[in-house]
Amino acid sequence: MDFELSDDERSLADGMRRLCEGRFPMERVRAGEGRRALDTEGWSALAEAGVFSLRLADEEGGADLGTAAAAVVFEELGRALVPGPLAATHAAAGLVKGAATGDRPVGLLRRTPPVPGDPRPVLVGDLGSLGALLVVADDGVELVEPDAVGGAPVEGGLDPLTPLWRLEAVPRGTPVGDGPVAEALWRDFLVVEAAFLVGMAAVTSEMAVGYAKVRRQFDRPIGSFQAVKHMCADMLVRAETARAAVHAAAVTVDQPDVGDAVRAAHGAALLAAQAAEANARACIQVHGGMGFTWEVPAHLYLKRAIVLWRALGPATRLADVVAERF
Amino acid sequence: MDLRYTDAEEAFRAELRAWLAEVVPTLGPRPALTDWPARRAYDTSWQGMLYDAGYAGIDWPVEGGGRGASPVEQLVYLEELERAHAPYVGVNFVGLLHAGPTIAVEGTPEQRARFLPPILKGEQVWCQGFSEPDAGSDLAALRTRAVRDGDEYVVTGSKIWTSHAEVADLCELLVRTGEEGSRHSGITWLAMEMDRPGIEIRPLETIGRSTEFAELFLDGVRVPVGNRVGEENDGWRVTMVTLSFERGTAFVGELLQSMEELRRIRSLARRVGLWDDPEVRHRTGQLGAELDALWALTRRNVSQAARTGVPGLGGSVFKLAFSELRQRLATLGLELLGSAGLAWDELEATDGSGPIGNTRLLEQWIGSFSRTIAAGTSQIQRNIVAERILGLPKG
Ligand SMILES: Cc1cc2nc3c(=O)[nH]c(=O)nc-3n(C[C@H](O)[C@H](O)[C@H](O)COP(=O)(O)OP(=O)(O)OC[C@H]3O[C@@H](n4cnc5c(N)ncnc54)[C@H](O)[C@@H]3O)c2cc1C
Repeated sequence: MDFELSDDERSLADGMRRLCEGRFPMERVRAGEGRRALDTEGWSALAEAGVFSLRLADEEGGADLGTAAAAVVFEELGRALVPGPLAATHAAAGLVKGAATGDRPVGLLRRTPPVPGDPRPVLVGDLGSLGALLVVADDGVELVEPDAVGGAPVEGGLDPLTPLWRLEAVPRGTPVGDGPVAEALWRDFLVVEAAFLVGMAAVTSEMAVGYAKVRRQFDRPIGSFQAVKHMCADMLVRAETARAAVHAAAVTVDQPDVGDAVRAAHGAALLAAQAAEANARACIQVHGGMGFTWEVPAHLYLKRAIVLWRALGPATRLADVVAERF
Repeated sequence: MDLRYTDAEEAFRAELRAWLAEVVPTLGPRPALTDWPARRAYDTSWQGMLYDAGYAGIDWPVEGGGRGASPVEQLVYLEELERAHAPYVGVNFVGLLHAGPTIAVEGTPEQRARFLPPILKGEQVWCQGFSEPDAGSDLAALRTRAVRDGDEYVVTGSKIWTSHAEVADLCELLVRTGEEGSRHSGITWLAMEMDRPGIEIRPLETIGRSTEFAELFLDGVRVPVGNRVGEENDGWRVTMVTLSFERGTAFVGELLQSMEELRRIRSLARRVGLWDDPEVRHRTGQLGAELDALWALTRRNVSQAARTGVPGLGGSVFKLAFSELRQRLATLGLELLGSAGLAWDELEATDGSGPIGNTRLLEQWIGSFSRTIAAGTSQIQRNIVAERILGLPKG
């Protein structure tokens, strides 16, 4: 047992970080604010780097790397706040033709039993750029062709980096997988999305700590005040425990005999989403008035955390799976 | 990242598991929380059994009489003990997890030969005399004075919160040998036999009505210089070695036990008809996810220790998260009992299905309050995380 990152995993992370620094520096990401279409150039660069295909076998055009490697990669993407349906496209790579190569960006929706009288429409991100929409339910997966979805654009989404469309209901499509396929797809989606969220939680923690060291009030750095210091400590605790949970879930998908990967994936997604949201909130607080400005990117991390969390489903459902399988 | 155990680790597990399956069922129940002499006898006899079977101090260095096992094997060891419901280290805690490891690393060959085997055999129990009435979180403010007189130190002062002092043979004692106000640079680490003249022990009652800790009054107690571990005035550094062990794998047993406790709480929720309550399920799942995460973090910390040889600062992250989690866990259990959780003595169910389980849950709940205080309060842990890991300036 050696749960440290291997040298290969470290160099994969380093490589991915360099790619993100080159391709997705914050100014470049922010240049896409309000845009309704995916930045296809950036998307293709990710596809070329193997972000979507890396878990597929060599003969399927993949790199035959495991879920642990995917988690390491997605943590870096999350740090950079790269937009687009990355986790869904990655998780769908074996199932939807064209996902692995990035030619067909894939969206993912979860169908839950309808609540009679619930008048809320369903909002989905990036619909206009999708090549396929997958609908996951307990008993199977359906594929919906984008022109059959018929969503209406919604202007002014919460996250300026996630364009939204409105659906009147979760659509129906053609079955492409049974219950076990659905379970595996959802599990893998949770793990890589959780890794993305952990990357986000780590960045907001670093931003807050960095600011706390340089911003001075009362003639000293604000990071010397315990009220600030303890917020920062809690941010690290949340990010590091969620990170350990995500890595364990990823390794458990690759090494099924070491535990229950479905339980691990749901638990990891829960903690990662909580860490991403709570750390973004704390990051805003530590920055004071600056934190409430459009200029400081803390709010973008908060808004993305909320957008991603809505796709994972409510905390109660994630926790419920863990409670039953613990 | 690899979570599979090697063949050698699995072989060690199998051998240990077979032995535990044989001996654990022969042990009686652990004596009551209030009867410390009986607990001492129970805990030390278990330690003797471990020693005879070759399972004492498995992560201690070979020169210290241990097995020199890797941190991963230590983890397997703790996992198997918990799985077999073997007794907890109990009164051997300070000897096995503080004083022993400190002497193994910092002691002279004579001190190792003299102090370590009795710890491993369960013949001698240690207590920890660090905290004082005016030196708790600020341990470096300690004032208990030791004055050199020939080849002895004469020790005068008082200690507080000394766990298991009443049943201890030895005390790892921090004393002031430097001048007043010398703080970290004037502290010395002594091994003090508890039967020396001038030691008075006054038990203190906990909020759980146990006398598990005590006040020590030291009035001219003579301790031989040969009992000093490390150099005079170098005791702070010697102590930090001890504390890093405490914040490393010391809580693994409790973590695994908490995972089982959560399953027990789920069974209780089913038994009392509350498992359909969405809030109960939500809290259970949240705790389950956090326990899984802390188990992952433990394996990460152990893997780091296996690579670097010392437990990393991740121990503070773990201690902080785990101690606060335990309070929420115990609170959920107690709430499920409703008014049946208000009594200490075990209650019988109204439907003849046996004991309700209130005693155990109440003990867990009361005990959970000490977890965020002992071994460094949560506030101090946050300071450590912020200053030593994140590099924020001291206040
Ligand atoms: C069950 C139990 C067993 C124990 N066993 C032993 C033992 O065997 N041997 C031993 O030596 N000690 C033992 N202790 C003592 C323990 O280590 C101390 O209680 C602990 O370090 C806190 O010190 P204190 O009690 O003096 O509290 P204080 O230090 O007075 O703290 C009081 C409050 O102030 C806060 N506070 C203090 N300083 C700061 C700061 N700088 N920043 C923010 N907040 C601060 C604390 O977090 C706490 O909330 C035990 C304690 C318990 C509860």
